[in-house]
Amino acid sequence: MDSATSPSIRIDGVVKRFPGVVALAGISAEILPGRLTGLVGPDGAGKTTLMRLMTGLLRPDEGSIDVLGRNTVRNQGEIAHLAGYMPQRFGLYEDLSVMENLQLYADLRALPPAQRRATFGRLLEFTKLGPFTARLAGKLSGGMKQKLGLACALMARPDVLLLDEPGVGVDPVSRQDLWRMVSELTGEGMAVVWSTAYLDEAEQCASVLLLNEGKLEFSGKPAELTHRLQGRSFRVVEPEGDRRRLLAQALDLPSISDGVIQGRSVRLVARAGEPIDAARPLAEAVNARIEPVAPRFEDAFVDLLGGGPGGSSVIADLMEPVDLASDTAVSCSNLTRRFGDFTATDRVTFDVRQGEIFGLLGPNGAGKSTTFKMLCGLLKPSEGSAHVVGLDLARAASAAKNQLGYMAQKFSLYGLLSVRQNLEFSAGVYGLAGAEKKGRIDEMIDAFELGRFLDAAPNDLSLGYKQRLALACSLMHRPPVLFLDEPTSGVDPITRREFWTHINGLVRKGVTVMVTTHFMDEAEYCDRVALMYRAKLIALDTPDALKRQVARHDDHEPTMEDAFIGLIERIDAEEAVR
Amino acid sequence: MNRPSIPDISLLRLIAIARKETYQIFRDPSTLLVAFVLPVVMLFLFAYAVSLDTRNVRIGVVLESDGEAAQSLAAAFSGSRYFSVTPARDRREIEPAIVAGKLRGYVVIPQDFTNRLQRGRTDALVQIVTDGTQPNTATFVANYANGVIGNWIATRNLAATPAAIAVQPRFWFNPEMESRRALIPGALSIVMTIIGTLLTALVVAREWERGTMEGIFSTPATVLEILLGKLLPYFCLGLIATGVGAMLAVWVFGVPLRGSVFTLLLLASIFLIPALGQGLLISTLARNQFVAAQLALLSGFLPAFMLSGFLFEISSMPKVIQFITIIVPARYFNAGLQTVFLAGDVWSLLLPSLGALLLIGLVFFVVVLRKMRKTLEV
Amino acid sequence: MSARWIRLRAQIIKELLCLLRDPRSRIVLIGPPIIQLFVFSFAITLEVKNIDVALLNHDVGGASVELVQQIESSDLVRRIRVAGSERELAELIDAQHVLAGIVIPETFSRDVAQGRNATAQIIIDGRKANAGQIALGYLQTIVGHVGATLRPTTMSGGGGDAAAVRHWFNPNLTYRWYVVPSLAGILVTLVALMVTALSIARERELGTFDQLLVSPCTPTEIIVAKGIPAFLVGIVLASVMIGAAVFLFGIPFTGSLGLLFVCLMLFILSLVGIGLMISSICSTQQQAILGTFAVVVPAVIMSGFATPVENMPLALQWIAECIPLKHFLIILQGSFLKALPPADVFANAWPMAVIAVVTLTLATLFVRSKLQ
Repeated sequence: MDSATSPSIRIDGVVKRFPGVVALAGISAEILPGRLTGLVGPDGAGKTTLMRLMTGLLRPDEGSIDVLGRNTVRNQGEIAHLAGYMPQRFGLYEDLSVMENLQLYADLRALPPAQRRATFGRLLEFTKLGPFTARLAGKLSGGMKQKLGLACALMARPDVLLLDEPGVGVDPVSRQDLWRMVSELTGEGMAVVWSTAYLDEAEQCASVLLLNEGKLEFSGKPAELTHRLQGRSFRVVEPEGDRRRLLAQALDLPSISDGVIQGRSVRLVARAGEPIDAARPLAEAVNARIEPVAPRFEDAFVDLLGGGPGGSSVIADLMEPVDLASDTAVSCSNLTRRFGDFTATDRVTFDVRQGEIFGLLGPNGAGKSTTFKMLCGLLKPSEGSAHVVGLDLARAASAAKNQLGYMAQKFSLYGLLSVRQNLEFSAGVYGLAGAEKKGRIDEMIDAFELGRFLDAAPNDLSLGYKQRLALACSLMHRPPVLFLDEPTSGVDPITRREFWTHINGLVRKGVTVMVTTHFMDEAEYCDRVALMYRAKLIALDTPDALKRQVARHDDHEPTMEDAFIGLIERIDAEEAVR
Repeated sequence: MNRPSIPDISLLRLIAIARKETYQIFRDPSTLLVAFVLPVVMLFLFAYAVSLDTRNVRIGVVLESDGEAAQSLAAAFSGSRYFSVTPARDRREIEPAIVAGKLRGYVVIPQDFTNRLQRGRTDALVQIVTDGTQPNTATFVANYANGVIGNWIATRNLAATPAAIAVQPRFWFNPEMESRRALIPGALSIVMTIIGTLLTALVVAREWERGTMEGIFSTPATVLEILLGKLLPYFCLGLIATGVGAMLAVWVFGVPLRGSVFTLLLLASIFLIPALGQGLLISTLARNQFVAAQLALLSGFLPAFMLSGFLFEISSMPKVIQFITIIVPARYFNAGLQTVFLAGDVWSLLLPSLGALLLIGLVFFVVVLRKMRKTLEV
Repeated sequence: MSARWIRLRAQIIKELLCLLRDPRSRIVLIGPPIIQLFVFSFAITLEVKNIDVALLNHDVGGASVELVQQIESSDLVRRIRVAGSERELAELIDAQHVLAGIVIPETFSRDVAQGRNATAQIIIDGRKANAGQIALGYLQTIVGHVGATLRPTTMSGGGGDAAAVRHWFNPNLTYRWYVVPSLAGILVTLVALMVTALSIARERELGTFDQLLVSPCTPTEIIVAKGIPAFLVGIVLASVMIGAAVFLFGIPFTGSLGLLFVCLMLFILSLVGIGLMISSICSTQQQAILGTFAVVVPAVIMSGFATPVENMPLALQWIAECIPLKHFLIILQGSFLKALPPADVFANAWPMAVIAVVTLTLATLFVRSKLQ
């Protein structure tokens, strides 16, 4: 068998139905060895279903899949020997330590004892988990869990490696590690399938399969797809004033299909056949010039799926302008939190001004979750204090909490309640009643287009709608301060854009937003970014200023990701000197 | 790329899964609580709290007559080790105490007691009134009060002929007729049901709920390895609990172990097959901890408590319910334990029980293996 | 309406929906307890009847024939299995074919006729301590009657019993009158504890608890809201069972229904307190389920249902005072059969109130400490 030319996985006319939905409607594709194949698509496109079909954990209703020449239905047992799989919900045992998890998978994959030492050493070095071998997996940060999951899947050097959204919740540094690990593997001839909602990841893949609503929309090199956008991407360079407002205005133009903030510029994509000129008056109004740029895979992706959302947010329009007595919306001083002899947050002090988007960034395990939890009253600080709208969270907890909205990574919706009941519950716990409550709920239903799903269970909604519902619930009481904890983790680009449209709109009304994220392009939306590392605040400035800090020369335009990695490496270097 | 074919059962993988499960058992305080603390508490309670040997039942004696004979009978009641007597002159003094549950019955020695006695009439000499709300105790009070009166009459009338027929009772296997001896083996069967069925149902359901099953399924481990690997630690846990329970029973609570330790462990091992099988079946059906717990409670624990014949006699139940008990594994285990502890290795008794347990276990496992495929399909 | 009340109302509605919206969980809540009430109320009996006994009769006289006939015709015995020898008798008992064996000696009839003391030996299978003892009691009574008819003692005027026995409140000692109300109490305990114990643990496992904690709701509100669904489910379940006891099982209800319901509320409140205490210290559903189990099983055993509390050692009697079920069983049985007067009801109600106050306070403290 010549493994260089014959495909590792052959997918032939696969149809998979679940009660009430067709998850995959006739997919045919080939996955070649020695290269990284990206599996991309919006939420609910069928990515996970296809992954599970390739492992044999699900059976196709029609068609067939061969992995290394073995049928997934008839030869599932053999495929299990040859393929490594990392499920989306990491299959780690949280009450087992890192080493115990590794040993379990080494045993399950019959790794010979002689090789064990070397393999473990390589994987631990790979994943930088070496110092944490005795820690329980449940106590690891999200990124470390993903890396451990990958290490377990890599245990037996499989010929095929299937990774279901390994990048979710992983910070840029760890994501780089993951990429490095995987590209080494493809270099050895392994076929790797990497499903992702991050399109910068997809862009780096040797080839991609783009799924949408169960159909294969595109298969080939990412550049081929990107190429279609030639001449349609441009950016408005260094506009004066509010970039977010400019973006919103641009997105409301019918000829613009997509747009994001990128550094000091606003990046826009024109609809097919539309001239770039449509945005010219907008740009001129803010004294900015328009220059064409090379299209990105993300542009092509969003365009292929019909473009991004508009620029205005109904909910933000409905919201009354917030005007706080004080200029400071959130403040903390000397905030410290210790767990036993481990300090998770070490003397953190900052103020968040009213009406700004304040980003809290940092590698997994840097202590930003702990800090965040103290700021919204989920954890009591060991030392120091935190105030929301001037109210001390320790003393006037209930009053302070009335002033903040909170949206967690897992969305925290009640799966047993219907959409409407979830909305009513949120209104109720924030003290809304009667006509006011009814009015607010109706507003939310209109603004987030939830009308069709009122009686559905939140778990049956697509991720995008779940996110809308969660945002609706946290905005019900019109909080002047909004806390968002990795709000777009694992969410596709279109839903993410829609989300930021709402956030931008709210901020224009004077709402203060405090956000943690791992998407560096989202950090661009922030007015100021606090970077945490090893429990300490290591940098606090505007995104541009942070980027300038790591610029090597005047013409060098580092990305936010470069800034993030650069600043952290700087700290590491200082430590090494000491 | 071709690799040597690997046999279906790999000891290495089996042990790996078993070891993982063992770590989990020892990391979660709730499994330790149920596996090690609860059994000791249960045995202790069945040894001391649940006692069917009634002693010192509180009764009232209403003495309406002042005669010497009446006094003597009242004294006989006071002297009985079965009763703890509250004396009274009027039944109205006593009745509120019965209603309040402070006394379980009373004996009335009426005004005409001495008269009737002298006229040689013994029928309805005294009245016994019991608290019928607790039928057990009521029966006890009636029987033993009658006994006290009978004895008293016998000693009063030395000249009269003795009772025509006497009964000489003998209790085999348990000469003192201590209920503890019969109950403690039964308590063991309940503990084992909890460990075997409830714990297994919960841990497998948890793997489904947390998504770790998907990770395990994608490895070369076969369904059989996964199941056996998961069950093995609980099997051992069950045997350890039996061993500890038996030691406690014998050395602390004084229950004799007339059979051999080997037979005891054999019996426990065989019982664990249907118990674990039932737990597995529940978790494959439920895949959700709350429902699994409810089902385990309904189909495992409560039948072991109520229908295994350890507290309540199966032959006295209605036919339909007797029929249901046929499929309750704890029933056979309980009977077997009573035999091993109190009678010895009576194989003619043990073999049918073991056979029934194996049969039920086999049915459970066949159903589980048919239901459980290495897929996420429902 | 104050904000506090609105918050509370929203939470209560949420808890009720979580519990009852799903038809499956509605069934799991109400179905099994009702089935159990019916199955177990027939299964649980300490009456002994329809047993088989072995007979080894060495005697051929009339007295032994009379004795055997009396035994055979009683409700107790279904079948007499005649053994030919001591060994056969032993085998029948060993193999548990019979619960008891009766050995009538050669001289039995002669002894009766000649006015000597005739003795029949009754062998009981001690492995079945309970049934054995009860069977022995019945057999002794039968033998006593036979003795009385065969040879009335000189003292006996009419061959009647020396004592007239009356079972107050339950003249025929119908076992079900005792079992059904008690089972209702036990099943309500199980359901109410399980529901409350899972309530906080489930939210914690699913991540919604954080959402609740960032809202203005105070720990006291959370505890109150979590308690109410279990409270309502408990009341409904108990009402259904009490109704079934009266109308289906025909058990007389003599006490005050109003007073019983007040006590029922106190009882469930104390269960809710215990359940929430378990829930607030557990971090997973599994821990909550197993924790409930570890509490409920000993509690039922010590509640006085299986055997009277007064038979237990003193230390355990004290512990039993902390079990709400112990107090409620007294009130329940008393209200059904004894027309329990208010003073006696109160004597058993206040301990439940104390338990409720203590456990609910502790649960609130535990939830508050989770914030730290």
